[in-house]
Amino acid sequence: MVAENIFFGIIAAAMVISALGVVTTKNVVHAALFLVIVLAGGAAQFILLGQEFVAWVQVLVYIGAVIVLFLFGIMLTRAPMHPDADLGNDLRWPAAAAALFLLGILGGLLVHTFHGTEVGLERPIRTVDVTNAIFRVYIIPFEVVGVLLLGALVGAVVLARRD
Amino acid sequence: MLLNQFLLLAAFLFCTGIYGVLTRKHAVLVLMSIELMLAAVNINLVAFGAFHNSVVGQVFALFVLTIAAAEVGVGLAIVLLIYRNLHSSDLDDADVLKG
Repeated sequence: MVAENIFFGIIAAAMVISALGVVTTKNVVHAALFLVIVLAGGAAQFILLGQEFVAWVQVLVYIGAVIVLFLFGIMLTRAPMHPDADLGNDLRWPAAAAALFLLGILGGLLVHTFHGTEVGLERPIRTVDVTNAIFRVYIIPFEVVGVLLLGALVGAVVLARRD
Repeated sequence: MLLNQFLLLAAFLFCTGIYGVLTRKHAVLVLMSIELMLAAVNINLVAFGAFHNSVVGQVFALFVLTIAAAEVGVGLAIVLLIYRNLHSSDLDDADVLKG
């Protein structure tokens, strides 16, 4: 139990620092690499919670595909690479106030509602249970998501095509 | 482990994403901040799934992952189109519809 909490603390600290890096760094490529750390930390938290399948899907889909897509996007739009580039607008303080306000409300509500609630599985969830749930109970949402992915694919090709 | 430590981490990531969406000018960085918010939601779903000892949280986290992938694909196509037409990926320049 103590080891779990120590690992949680280390991973959470890395995720918090990297998340702040994503929104404050002056270099666009560094922001993408900070995002890799946040997403990998998320996958590690999923493993801590005993949910292995979604952790590896997160590594494959997010770190494997989405980040590569982001790097392509950065390079194709010739993002400013020099460190003193102006990447932020003049809304810094109002935005910080809004984010801190929401964090205060969410944090207060969570501490009030789930004070002292323990979480932790006796054994990890097996992948066969996940696939049974997807292909038996949630088969219709699964098919709808498949159609949505097809639509997104066709839409992305149509939008980005040069004609 | 407490349930709250995961939920508070997710709340922090979500608020960081909101700050990024509001302050960033470059379109790709705004999309990255949205990904940060989606990752926070996934942590919430998985934590509640573990709390209820069920696979449902994991299944819906997988759906969120799929939608996020589709969103990034279409979003980056739109960013490329804006860059091609305006020769800038600065969102402040994309104000054609401004009255």
